[in-house]
Amino acid sequence: MSAAPVLRVQELKKHFAVTQGLVWTKVVGWVKAVDGISFSVPQGETLAIVGESGCGKTTTAKLILRLEEPTEGHVLVDGHDIHTLTGAALKRYRTTVQAVFQDPWSSLSPRMRVRDIVAEPLVINGELSEPTVKARVAETLERVGLRPQQANLYPHEFSGGQRQRIAVASALVSNPKLIILDEPVSALDVSIRAQIMNLLVDLQRQYGVSYLLIAHHLATTRYMANEVAVMYLGKIVERARTKELFKNPLHPYTKALFSAALPAHPDVVREEILLPGEVPSPINPPSGCRFHTRCPFAMPQCAEVEPKEQEMTPGHMVACHLY
Amino acid sequence: MPRKIGDVILDVDDLHTYCFTRWGVVKAVDGVSFALREGEALGIVGESGCGKTMTALSLLRLLPRPVARIVKGSIRLEGENLLDKTEREMRAIRGRRISMILQDPQTSLNPVFTIGNQLIEAIQIHHDDGHRSLVRRAIDGLKQVRVAAPDRRVHDYPHQMSGGMKQRVVGAIAISCEPRVIIADEPTTSLDVTIQAQYLRLLREIQEATNLSLIFITHDFGIVAKMCDRVMVMYAGRVVESGSVRDIFNHPSHPYTQALLSSVPSMDEDVERLYSIAGQPPALWDLPAGCRFAARCPHAEDRCRQEYPPAFTVGDDHTAACWKAART
Repeated sequence: MSAAPVLRVQELKKHFAVTQGLVWTKVVGWVKAVDGISFSVPQGETLAIVGESGCGKTTTAKLILRLEEPTEGHVLVDGHDIHTLTGAALKRYRTTVQAVFQDPWSSLSPRMRVRDIVAEPLVINGELSEPTVKARVAETLERVGLRPQQANLYPHEFSGGQRQRIAVASALVSNPKLIILDEPVSALDVSIRAQIMNLLVDLQRQYGVSYLLIAHHLATTRYMANEVAVMYLGKIVERARTKELFKNPLHPYTKALFSAALPAHPDVVREEILLPGEVPSPINPPSGCRFHTRCPFAMPQCAEVEPKEQEMTPGHMVACHLY
Repeated sequence: MPRKIGDVILDVDDLHTYCFTRWGVVKAVDGVSFALREGEALGIVGESGCGKTMTALSLLRLLPRPVARIVKGSIRLEGENLLDKTEREMRAIRGRRISMILQDPQTSLNPVFTIGNQLIEAIQIHHDDGHRSLVRRAIDGLKQVRVAAPDRRVHDYPHQMSGGMKQRVVGAIAISCEPRVIIADEPTTSLDVTIQAQYLRLLREIQEATNLSLIFITHDFGIVAKMCDRVMVMYAGRVVESGSVRDIFNHPSHPYTQALLSSVPSMDEDVERLYSIAGQPPALWDLPAGCRFAARCPHAEDRCRQEYPPAFTVGDDHTAACWKAART
């Protein structure tokens, strides 16, 4: 299934100004939230971005959804640079990329009925007649495992898992090519998580939609993603096919992240790599390799030279001076 | 230093905590019994609404009044029944003998006081000391949870610290009066993965150094696998299975435990398809007469729907409340 990639991100950067003063505002620094990342998502596949809070994964999602303008670089969806789109082309782009957010308690408007929430992406484009919209909503609700009769209810009448199904329906209704899943199951109960994960996997198999999964839970990533990119302080430090990455993590940060994950069984004993300290501030990120302040294998050159991304085995990229 | 599992320190018997609401009586905790030994780590696992937090709040008698009340049962801490204590006596017990770490350090620390102030507040209740020695105790407390530069950090406000640091401060407050039992309610859900690993390691070290008894309240079997000696699985206000961690992971006997364990994806191996439990937990104000899991259970029979199963012994110190478990 490796056709042309649905999403291509090239050397994407987003720097936020840190300002001081109310009237005579001056810029005192830059938060380099995303600092030169590149990746692509082929049709029908899932790319997961993992990393800790502050690593830039949510900013990346916002840039792809065109909720932020990039400082540098491009986001190409279907070959078009989305940040140059206007008018009808922009409207069309809005239907091809959709999102499902973490918390279905705050992402669904409490004052809208389910049918209006789900229909919104169709209504905004205004090209479809009312009966068609209604039929599409009913059909989509069935696809995500809800009953079409439930379309008249309000979100508060549903449980968490059902609300997330509504959010998925709303993302799916316009037949998008790419859905951004921002921590889609972490706000749900354990027994409900599997339901939603299976639903997302099934929908992908049926309709060939691509996912960009943003997650911090590694087991979820292993279950859902074809490819995984590990981010640290605005950079991708390692990227590989899921199987390869979990079998053979190379970057010291990836290794530490994996060793910190909780075991699935009490007999699983992991080599514990405890990282000292916390993620440094992205306002003045460390020079050279950004991980060198916490890295157990740091060498003198790590503080000076920024490591380049290199391909170790086909498709397995790592940015580290050890290799 | 290895931990020594000693005598029973906390003995909860047939605890019933009900909430009396407009909509009816919510049976949040409905007949929970367990024993916690000295130096032991017990995990209470369940989904939201299964009664695990209400159980914890009952132990400290910190239930939201006037809605929630303990209607039946006993809680014995080192032989004394906490339900017979007056509010004044309870205040001498909280923090000193039994203490709690809450889920979210963002909301459990007061934003307008320095962390030193908040530590001192906790210590002051139990130690009548001069200000200077209280500050020293507060600094020692921060040192114990490995906050860097504690003599400077003691004057910081919560917003000047990161999430992981704040959770350490909450931990320092909890252990400041050397309690024998600490209840940790989802202590790491708001932390990042690598910070979570640091924090769990810290709790383990404190436990080994002081032979504390810990109760972990969590929805994550990973924490149980890493930290606990024994587990108690709760569903809709009742304990459905309890036993040693190894027994529960290797031979889960209740269908709910089995389903929960197989619905979690693994980081260590590929899973073709996750098992998913259909439906959702029953409403606590409208519980079925029989087994509360029957509506979602793949093995449910007529008997399950009519009669609640008692806890059957299925192994050494391993019980399951399921009719099916009784037969095997």
